[in-house]
Amino acid sequence: MTALTVYIPCDAAALSLGADRVADAFRREALAHGVSLEIKRTGSHGMFWLEPLVEIATPQGRVGFGPVRPEDVAGLFETGALAGGAHRLRLGPVADMVWMQQQQRLSFARCGVVDPLSLDDYAAHDGLKGLRRALQISPAEVVEEVRASGLRGRGGAGFPTGVKWKTVHDAQADRKYVICNADEGDSGTFADRMIFEGDPFMLIEGMAIGAYAVGASKGFIYLRSEYPHAAKTMARAMELAEQAGWIGDDAFGPGKHFHLEQRIGAGAYICGEETALIESLEGKRALVRAKPPIPALHGLFGRPTLVNNVLSFAAIPFILAEGGQAYADFGSGKSRGTLPVQLGGNVKRGGLIELAFGITLREIVEGFGGGTASGRPIRAIQIGGPLGAYITESQLDLQMDYEELAANGAMLGHGGIVVFDDTVDMARMARFALRFGADESCGKCTPCRIGATRGGELVERIVAGERIPQNIALLRDLCDVMTAGSLCAHGGLIPNPVLSALNRFPEDFSPVAHKTAAE
Amino acid sequence: METQLSWDESRAQDIIASKTGLEGPLLPILHELQETFGYVDARAVGLIAGALNVSRAEVFGTLSFYKDFKRQKPLGRTIKLCRAEACQARGAEDLAERFEQATGCRIDGGFHGGVEVETVYCLGNCALGPNALYDGEIFGALTDEALAALHARAAREGAAR
Repeated sequence: MTALTVYIPCDAAALSLGADRVADAFRREALAHGVSLEIKRTGSHGMFWLEPLVEIATPQGRVGFGPVRPEDVAGLFETGALAGGAHRLRLGPVADMVWMQQQQRLSFARCGVVDPLSLDDYAAHDGLKGLRRALQISPAEVVEEVRASGLRGRGGAGFPTGVKWKTVHDAQADRKYVICNADEGDSGTFADRMIFEGDPFMLIEGMAIGAYAVGASKGFIYLRSEYPHAAKTMARAMELAEQAGWIGDDAFGPGKHFHLEQRIGAGAYICGEETALIESLEGKRALVRAKPPIPALHGLFGRPTLVNNVLSFAAIPFILAEGGQAYADFGSGKSRGTLPVQLGGNVKRGGLIELAFGITLREIVEGFGGGTASGRPIRAIQIGGPLGAYITESQLDLQMDYEELAANGAMLGHGGIVVFDDTVDMARMARFALRFGADESCGKCTPCRIGATRGGELVERIVAGERIPQNIALLRDLCDVMTAGSLCAHGGLIPNPVLSALNRFPEDFSPVAHKTAAE
Repeated sequence: METQLSWDESRAQDIIASKTGLEGPLLPILHELQETFGYVDARAVGLIAGALNVSRAEVFGTLSFYKDFKRQKPLGRTIKLCRAEACQARGAEDLAERFEQATGCRIDGGFHGGVEVETVYCLGNCALGPNALYDGEIFGALTDEALAALHARAAREGAAR
């Protein structure tokens, strides 16, 4: 009996296109062909247009095939493709593909390669090196390593992570907490989800290093409820990590405990804002808190709390294993290290692209992405989630880093890029941004709670042709109030998509555009 | 596949008691009540308030803040259809419109023939939209036919409860 090892992703993107049915088809065909089959489930490599991307173990290494539909599997067995023959779905070794070769994968090095729930795989691919090294040096030295890396919060604000860690480290309290903000609610982002489903031990390791560095004994992962697969994989990974002793009682030495708990959100986008998330963990309505006091000093249950995004914690094991300088060697200007870019929307080749800062948007959208999926011209791109600005095709030569985007009226956010073709109606997108903003406002401050609703009404009036110059002036005025007067970034950033649509695509805000579109 | 019990006060009390040792136990309690009964019954509010030593207003305030928590027993199955920007860029709005026309079922308009279709903003599959979530499973690259088939399946399973 011949033996066959097949790698099939269990990432939600692959599952959404039938990866489980592909696995079933492999089992059926293996039985029919008398082949002894071993199926290993992995995360995704992040080439979503090729999902389900199946890899076959060969003496020369793993060879990829994709996209594989259940009905393709019989053909793979019959044509001899599995033994190395040619096949129309054959991609060759995944690591040799251009899409992969052009990346610098630090945080996503293991994703798609390893079984997410195998501690052996994790250790064999450099896992735990960071935590081991951290535990050999003092907490203050760990903080210094993170500072030296130049890492900035990957959740959107871009605050220097080392400064935050030092603040919590220096705070005096009977208890401290670490929280991983995994409430990735931005449309166009999926990097957090991929880590949960493809390399959960890395996040646990990053959080453990954080807890050791700041002196916390308890950690929470706050994951959004829209990611059921991620929740399941992480829950199992936490059990395994606890059994292996790297979290739990005496995790950092005798008497030095670190307990980790995963909590699931309940459909509130605002919980991506750290103070709302803290309120939610405490069991309250997720109303944003006024800052100061900052969570680093007065956070969960009033204690010093380190809140970092998934991608920030995910960068930590590498930084500790290889040193802060090794991480800082990547990047440009004040944006150090790598950024996991998430390319989605109307794009031919969408997925996860991890790159050092400094690449242009055009290289990503046209180079990696290959233009639109519809084949029509690109008209608009939204960067940084629903509260990020829209930019035009002519701005694609901007560089992807915090400063350059900010200087050009855009923001990096969580690194999500959503592509739209020329059928997009930008007035409709502006109205959607305001409606979404109103739906997801926590309601605490007036500019956001009322402003988003009134703003939506103004856009309605503008596209209906009612007193256009006056209503546009009023909309701009309202956006000023929201930007300057909102309590948190939610209300403060809603004007981003609205004003960028209005300023860069003014032709869509004339009633004529809408009359012709309706006819 | 979810199977949901009818309201049972002692069962609810067991659930609450099993979580009171957690730090910030309210959301975990509400989640498990909803998982068990399909919704959070109004009678649970007083029980939780008593167990956590907080006011009923505080419990109700939290319960009513979060979209995921239902306060009415569901009349069937729920499909969550993503209508955020990345799915819109891939035609989710047109898909939704054609779906409403074909089925007479209004999205976010409650149960219709044992199924409700709810808007959700982002399922994290933004390069493969339009997407939907049903019974813990994600469905990508939805076509009219795929959404109709999913709806028919939900209607069947909603009726079989």
